[in-house]
Amino acid sequence: MLVENEAGALSRIAGLFSARGYNIESLTVAATDEASLSRMTLVTSGNDDIVEQIKKQLNKLIDVVKLQDLAEGEHIEREMMLIKVKAAGPDREELKRLTEIFRAKIIDVTDASYIVELTGASRKLDAFIGAVPEGLITEVVRSGPTGILRGAKGLTL
Amino acid sequence: MQSHLADGPDPNETAMAAERPLLSGAEIAIQALIDEGVEYVFGYPGGAVLHIYDALFQRGDAIKHVLVRHEQGATHAADGYARATGKCGVCLVTSGPGATNAVTGIATAHLDSIPLVVITGQVPTPVIGSDAFQEVDTVGITRPCVKHNFLVKRLEDLAETIRKAFYIAQSGRPGPVVVDIPKDVTDPNVKIPYVYPRDLNIRSYNPAKRGHLGQIRKAVEAMLDAKRPIFYTGGGAVLDDAAAPLTELVRALGFPITSTLMGLGAYPMTDKQFLGMLGMHGTYEANMAMHETDCLIAIGARFDDRVTGKIEHFCPHAEIIHVDVDPSSISKNVKVQVPIVGPVGSVVTDMLSILRESGGRPDQTALAAWWEQIDAWRGIDCMRYDRSSPMIKPQFAVETLYKVTNGDLYLTSDVGQHQMFAAQFYPFDKPRRWINSGGLGTMGFGLPAAMGVQLGHPDAQVACISGEASILMCIQEMATCKQYSLPIKVVLLNNGYMGMVRQWQEFFYESRYAHSYVDALPDFVALAQSFGHVGMRVEQPDQLESAMREAFAMKDRFVFLDVIVDPSENVYPMICAGKGHHEMELPPTMSERELA
Ligand SMILES: Cc1ncc(C[n+]2csc(CCOP(=O)(O)OP(=O)(O)O)c2C)c(N)n1
Ligand SMILES: [Mg+2]
Repeated sequence: MLVENEAGALSRIAGLFSARGYNIESLTVAATDEASLSRMTLVTSGNDDIVEQIKKQLNKLIDVVKLQDLAEGEHIEREMMLIKVKAAGPDREELKRLTEIFRAKIIDVTDASYIVELTGASRKLDAFIGAVPEGLITEVVRSGPTGILRGAKGLTL
Repeated sequence: MQSHLADGPDPNETAMAAERPLLSGAEIAIQALIDEGVEYVFGYPGGAVLHIYDALFQRGDAIKHVLVRHEQGATHAADGYARATGKCGVCLVTSGPGATNAVTGIATAHLDSIPLVVITGQVPTPVIGSDAFQEVDTVGITRPCVKHNFLVKRLEDLAETIRKAFYIAQSGRPGPVVVDIPKDVTDPNVKIPYVYPRDLNIRSYNPAKRGHLGQIRKAVEAMLDAKRPIFYTGGGAVLDDAAAPLTELVRALGFPITSTLMGLGAYPMTDKQFLGMLGMHGTYEANMAMHETDCLIAIGARFDDRVTGKIEHFCPHAEIIHVDVDPSSISKNVKVQVPIVGPVGSVVTDMLSILRESGGRPDQTALAAWWEQIDAWRGIDCMRYDRSSPMIKPQFAVETLYKVTNGDLYLTSDVGQHQMFAAQFYPFDKPRRWINSGGLGTMGFGLPAAMGVQLGHPDAQVACISGEASILMCIQEMATCKQYSLPIKVVLLNNGYMGMVRQWQEFFYESRYAHSYVDALPDFVALAQSFGHVGMRVEQPDQLESAMREAFAMKDRFVFLDVIVDPSENVYPMICAGKGHHEMELPPTMSERELA
């Protein structure tokens, strides 16, 4: 979604979901190349009728400039994760290997911990979490997915 | 602007600059309303709007301010004015409690899609967020019950924001817009050149101007193929002033038509093609026709739960055509086969011309059989009541009101049984005559709404039908009526109960009347008199007509008519929860009544 970069736009959208009982599974927002617009990627769920109604309700908000349902076409989704793990003794090697397999990066190191950065489809992030041995995870921070449609056409004004 | 002048003046620009007076924010707020053509502002002063009130004072009579006695009254009055005139209603209230008092009226307007611009004062920008005196997050509180709202943080944005507010409120599917203005933005000592922007372009807001012709053609074909068609119209037909083309289309086709509570009057209710209201307290014939139809033509209606009954049983045999200016109304509650997004007036007009061009006629044999069936349903006489009762029946009171006013009346209503009786027994032949809170069902709406109606139509007969519980919710507005000499007639159907609540308790809670008896009622006659009005009471059926005639003959007086009605009467027919249109409860027959 392209949304007017105005105070209140985010709460209108969040408010719509809570008032009408729709789910927000994740929501990412940031400025775009055009200063007056923000771009949001919102993940929601529901049957076709519900999703159709969600789109209509979002389009009705004055602050929503343009909306695209990525699920309708071929698209790319990426999410970023920072994960802090306990890394001592033999676990250090094991975690390093895991990081390589997943093409992740270790971006902070202490005697007892690593911070690993990993970007990819949400499923890949889930898989990494699953692969970390029991009890080693200290903290997980995920951005929620952002997405873009494949091909030459863009979501612009 | 200034650098432009330094470069060498463009004659047009200089002329414009000369026309741009220096105004403060407070003056801009008032000037913008004047430029918008606003006739009345309904308001109540307070700290955060004092600069604006001062600017208003200085402009003398350029704009008329109506001082209400509670901000809820301001919003309902502006709302009644809007419903009766088709113009935008305007309110001005202070921050904090002024704004919160206005919320009920804003929500009322929102659910019925009524255009309002509500200007609220706010604490000065530097202290926003500090829990300052009379600070509430007005934009936050009103967000879910407005079409849009604005917090104006910069003086430079004020004129354009007010212009946008009026545009958004009145275009597309109308609705209330709140403009929250911090006090420092209205500072009388800070002035900027003022120009009211005429042309607006809001990139994210483009309401449909016309319906899709291909879809409209499809709809006309479906109508011509139909064997058992019916029109179902809603508030959208009134709001878009579609009454004339709608009436022409329905007559050209010869189809039956029913209406929601909000659409009454868009098609003349005394016409034989009109089947009465549909839904929970609709007529038997309208609801049965909905159940049996094979082609439902929904015009500016939104398939509200009070209309559809249980969705699973709704119009089981019908192909549904739905015309609405708001795409999100379409296929929200009921899936439709022919959606048409557009202003209903223009779409109905397009339907008419396509129908005429096609030269097609509906299947007359099928239509005759359909009417025969409908007339049989009509024969059930679903709204019969005991006409020989020694007590005044509320239905009789409404029938008498119709007789006394010759059907020429603006009637506002509160919420409850009296509202349903009015909708059932007062046939409106014109739109914008029946003014009630359908969506939110706000008790207290009727009296202040009538003030707005009377101000919008100073020479018309205006009445408010109410219940003894509802009327007390905005009774303070009798003072406003006195101050502005508004000759409204209040017709109180006094049954001593929150009748609609009592009815539900009788039907669904084995007559356990929990707190629905309205004890400790005031003497309404004396109460009206104490406000400087005329008060009258009637208890006998045979005195009702003459009392009403006497009341309406007092053309320049506000009259409060306390009509004591049968406390045990119920609204029939009724579709109970979980039932379909074909499963109505009809009024008990005389013998059943005696048994009970
Ligand atoms: C502000 C508000 N509170 C509560 C209700 C619920 N309610 C609906 S009808 C009704 C009773 C109204 O009683 P009265 O005004 O005497 O009308 P009657 O039904 O007796 O004609 C109530 C309490 C409401 N609609 N609005
Ligand atoms: Mg009552």
